[in-house]
Amino acid sequence: MKRSVLYGIIAALVLVVIVLAALVLSPGEGGGQTAAPAQQTSAGVAEDAAQVIANRGLTPENVTAALKTYMPSGQYDPYMMFASGGHSGQVHVVGLPSMRLLRTIAVFTPEPWQGYGFGDVAQAAMFDEGKVAGSSVTWGDTHHPALSETAGSYDGEWLFINDKAQSRIAVIDLRDFETKQIIKNPIAMNDHGGAFVTPNTEWVIEGGQYAAPPVGSFAGIDEYNEKWRGMITFWKFDREKGRIIPEESFAMELPPYWQDLCDSGKLVSEGWIFCNSFNTERATGGLGAVEGAVPFESGASQNDMDYLHVIDLKKLEQVAAANTNELNGMNYVTMETAIAENLLFFIPEPKSPHGIDIAPNGDYMVVSGKLDPHVTIFAFDKIQQAIADQKWTPDDYGIPVLDFDSVLEAQVELGLGPLHTQFDNQGYAYTSLYLDSMVARWSLGGGDYAHADEGWTLIDKESIHYNVGHIAAAEGDTVTPAGDFLVSLNKWSVDRFANVGPLLPQNFQLIDIGNEGASLQLLYDMPVGFGEPHYAQIMKTERLKAVQVYPEVGWDPHKWEVNPDAPKSGEERVERDGNNVTVYMTAIRSHFSPEHVNIKEGDNVTWHITNLERAVDAVHGFAVPAYNVNLSIEPGETATFEFVADKDGVFSYYCTEFCSALHLEMHGYLMIEPDESSAMK
Amino acid sequence: MSSAETTAKTPQSGENEQLSAIAQISRQPSFRLSTALLIAAAAVLAVSTFFPYWKMRLNAPQYPNGLFVTVYVNYMEGDVAEIDGLNHYIGMAPLNDAAEIERAIAPIAMVVIGLMIIGVAFIHSKWLAVFAIPAMTFPFIFIGDLWVWLWYYGNNLDPTAALSGAIKPFTPAVLGTGVVGQFSTTAVLQPGWYLALVAAILAGLGLHYRRVARQAAEKLATDGR
Repeated sequence: MKRSVLYGIIAALVLVVIVLAALVLSPGEGGGQTAAPAQQTSAGVAEDAAQVIANRGLTPENVTAALKTYMPSGQYDPYMMFASGGHSGQVHVVGLPSMRLLRTIAVFTPEPWQGYGFGDVAQAAMFDEGKVAGSSVTWGDTHHPALSETAGSYDGEWLFINDKAQSRIAVIDLRDFETKQIIKNPIAMNDHGGAFVTPNTEWVIEGGQYAAPPVGSFAGIDEYNEKWRGMITFWKFDREKGRIIPEESFAMELPPYWQDLCDSGKLVSEGWIFCNSFNTERATGGLGAVEGAVPFESGASQNDMDYLHVIDLKKLEQVAAANTNELNGMNYVTMETAIAENLLFFIPEPKSPHGIDIAPNGDYMVVSGKLDPHVTIFAFDKIQQAIADQKWTPDDYGIPVLDFDSVLEAQVELGLGPLHTQFDNQGYAYTSLYLDSMVARWSLGGGDYAHADEGWTLIDKESIHYNVGHIAAAEGDTVTPAGDFLVSLNKWSVDRFANVGPLLPQNFQLIDIGNEGASLQLLYDMPVGFGEPHYAQIMKTERLKAVQVYPEVGWDPHKWEVNPDAPKSGEERVERDGNNVTVYMTAIRSHFSPEHVNIKEGDNVTWHITNLERAVDAVHGFAVPAYNVNLSIEPGETATFEFVADKDGVFSYYCTEFCSALHLEMHGYLMIEPDESSAMK
Repeated sequence: MSSAETTAKTPQSGENEQLSAIAQISRQPSFRLSTALLIAAAAVLAVSTFFPYWKMRLNAPQYPNGLFVTVYVNYMEGDVAEIDGLNHYIGMAPLNDAAEIERAIAPIAMVVIGLMIIGVAFIHSKWLAVFAIPAMTFPFIFIGDLWVWLWYYGNNLDPTAALSGAIKPFTPAVLGTGVVGQFSTTAVLQPGWYLALVAAILAGLGLHYRRVARQAAEKLATDGR
């Protein structure tokens, strides 16, 4: 009897072990799918590779470059570059180091693949907010993307981009890589120094470009000095709402110099804004129109120095908050106020500068005048000292111009056409040399940086192909530059690619800057046949928090919440109220429901359509011929479009995105019955 | 233990003979063990309802992470909507239409099965042993029911479905691997089912020791006379 009790206890223990084993051994989510690919012997690879190298005539440098940039299928690039598209009006997202184009983001320009600008009412409202002089403008000239920052580093949440042609700023949501706001500057005609953000993205800065009478007024060019003005605008960004708040934004009146790029001070210089300018000569041009006039290109290049604008933003915020002066509904701080409040200063800078770039520690301001072979470096502490000591003389408008020698830290001779500077994590700076078609690496001084070289010294130069404008280093304009890679954004490609006719692609050239102590190495040429990028920013991919599908079915991407009108599964219907027809439609592989929509000529149609899918990549398109409707409805999204049924007939609506094996069958008929009474009339 | 044996050996008076027989059974150590095993069976069965019983993984090239459906006694979870979406192409009914009655009565049924075992533990009747049968057969009833539903689903495809001509009626593998179109399926039992199996074995052992106790008590009674 005792023995049988013992057996019972042993049996129970064995059962417990079985249960535990079952719990531990039961396959998890990835069960059985982690088979490693068969490893090839390195000898076999080397033999094959040697053959390829020999057949293609590759140099050892070529092979290294290939190995540094090749990204096997399914592996992700560690960096993502956000490049403006120039007058394509878009933003392009490129993976580094593979240089694969990952995404184009439509911004100011309708783009049918993304269903951008072809019926969606939320997008239409956005384009309306961006109307220029009452008209819809369906292109833009994007120049300088600005990723949102937290404490001076990219945070992967928002992206801002300007439209130089129309003085507009767009807000792009990096949760879904879609444009969410387009805002028109009500008093500026164009901009160039946008977009730039402050280290915590409180402000989006839009520097002006060509002086003009403020929008809403007219003055002849003979009144250029008196009535024409330059401008810098500070847009308030509400991170919670994900929108710029025009009511809390303001612009600053400036002399009719041509303001250009800006940068925000960071760390020690946080709270200060730096913008450069050119044409401080105030040349008015007139070639071919005015007898004896010199063209702008020489008229604006007469003085040796233009003015770097130095703005005390902390003080300006307070002044703007109390300011009552308005222009076209925009809070407008006058020069008079700025001078009286002692918040605006100029520093002479070598003429025709393009970049103003603040070093990672915030201690140095680097300027390059395109017509001067040096980069010129100002020290923030010296600027503060000169302001405290009032070492200045006023310009023609009474704005204090600080003494150049008092604020100068160093000048480094790099070569011809220095244009724009970026930084790495070792304390090196990189400057594009437009005329030399080179990128220069030089050392920051001051002892606070990691490199072992003597400060303010040219270290290395690498040829690029050709005519480099901006350069972008990995996180190279933040307080935490990453080093590793730099992209040279070349304007011309000339002979780099097989000919595709007289409109040549631009050339993005990837340069390895991660070789400590070694020279710069050119790794890869990426033809850019889809725009004319100006500036780009490169962010670590891991900072992004984008969704793969919208959080819930019925999602309104613009409001970032469920749309209360969103049709759900089983709620599909067509409702009629007099002449107003509302269609509640759903889409799921491989059908729309309803598949027939019968309406009458003259009906006002509101059409909601929900993509019910929850699978990653299960996107449906929706096109209606003749009514210029084409939507891209991503998983979970509800899109809405409206039209007046002014064309009768039978129209086939269908899915424009190849969604499934039965994609071609995913269509339905919109039948618009002719209005006989109107035909009689 | 020794005191129980001593007590059992003490002759009882005639009028309390019936009662003392029961008392003698309940004094057997194997009786206490059987009571503990039966209670444990009910407890383990109750715990099992919080764990999945069965899981199927569907693999296809375009789903690199696979699709899963995980079945509990009274509900299922996982990529049910996505699997339904795919199944509609071959005319298979939505998964949540399956075993509706079973899933609806499962919570009550589990309580009843548990109470029945407890009943076996505390009510002294030889014939009450049949009350342990549901618990002892439950894991196999579960698999049997699952197989019936899989058979029913695979063999009652909507003839108007898009791929009805391409996919012949089939029975998805209740365990192990199967293939349907570009999908391979792998079905495995889950911890909940193993717990139910343990409960079944515990119940069986409980019954066994109850029988041992009874035989011991009867032997004592016979010897005592």
